[in-house]
Amino acid sequence: MNKLCQSIRFVAPFLLAICCIACSNDKKLPFYGQREARITKAADGTEKVDTVYQTIPPFRLLNQDSIYITQDAFKNKIYVADFFFTSCSTICPTMHRNLKTIFDAYKNNPDVMFLSHTIDFKYDKPSVLKKYGQKLGVDGPKWQFVYGTKEEIYHIAEHDYLVAVQEDQSAKDGYIHQGWLVLVDKHKRMRGAYDGTKSDQVAQLQKDIAILLKEEN
Amino acid sequence: MRKIVLFLVMSTVIVTLIYSCQDAEQLEYQTYYSNGQTLYQTYCQNCHGEKGEGLGLLTPPLTDSLFLKNNRTVLACIIKNGATTPVTVHGKTYEEKMPAFPKLADIDIAQIIVYVTNSFGNKMGMYPYADINKDLKSCATR
Repeated sequence: MNKLCQSIRFVAPFLLAICCIACSNDKKLPFYGQREARITKAADGTEKVDTVYQTIPPFRLLNQDSIYITQDAFKNKIYVADFFFTSCSTICPTMHRNLKTIFDAYKNNPDVMFLSHTIDFKYDKPSVLKKYGQKLGVDGPKWQFVYGTKEEIYHIAEHDYLVAVQEDQSAKDGYIHQGWLVLVDKHKRMRGAYDGTKSDQVAQLQKDIAILLKEEN
Repeated sequence: MRKIVLFLVMSTVIVTLIYSCQDAEQLEYQTYYSNGQTLYQTYCQNCHGEKGEGLGLLTPPLTDSLFLKNNRTVLACIIKNGATTPVTVHGKTYEEKMPAFPKLADIDIAQIIVYVTNSFGNKMGMYPYADINKDLKSCATR
């Protein structure tokens, strides 16, 4: 018994120290998607292994003002991306009601932006998106709504942001899609995905945006 | 002594009878309300919100008691057939279309109406499902 007490006394400070280090360490967000190791050679001949994370490739899409936007619009910004359509009466209104609370929280922070892609390539032309943004109460460059061809948008959704989208005649509004809100950092890497229909996950997104903003400053 | 006991027993029975009648009414209302809540969550909440707050100028809130009161007999038509004409709620105009829910039965519609008109600051009491049939007949000619 005595021995046990002694060993506890011996180990306890270490455990405490580990706890403290773990606690004081700033939380870092994970990286989503594929990753690969790249070996780079320094000038002195030593080899270094770098991890390369999946990034959002360049795009060029019409926004709500009928202007083509590219990744330049999101240079040095973190942004939240999602897929929706304006006539959706299922999950989209909930997603955007929740996302709007985050929009309002970061209204005055120019480093945070929003990017919604419409998957209704037939009806959601830029003018429709413009009206939608105005009525949602988020009119302005901070929240971009983009329109593209079916091929463009569906490819971006599935390959770049890893969100499933589909045209489906049997669905109530003609399309089905997942309600992920994808958090993208200043280096175009995906750092989180949150179910936009669940308020607890959206609250987590808001916390994670704060962590991401700190991480990169 | 015997009379007093008899009187007490009789009066207890009468009070219980009256009370259970009110209870049955109350119970029906509560059944409507709680079923209505579940239906609301399934069919209405995505757009109108958990607290009936609506969404920007896209979806009107359900907190305008005056609108609900003035349009009480039209609510069934709106739920069943959707709405295409603009509505003014709390002084703001909402132009977006509301989708139709043709598959809802009269009883479902009545329960949704009871839930909505007795939540979000509204207090309009019971709306029996027999009235829905009548309401729906008059909206066909609208």
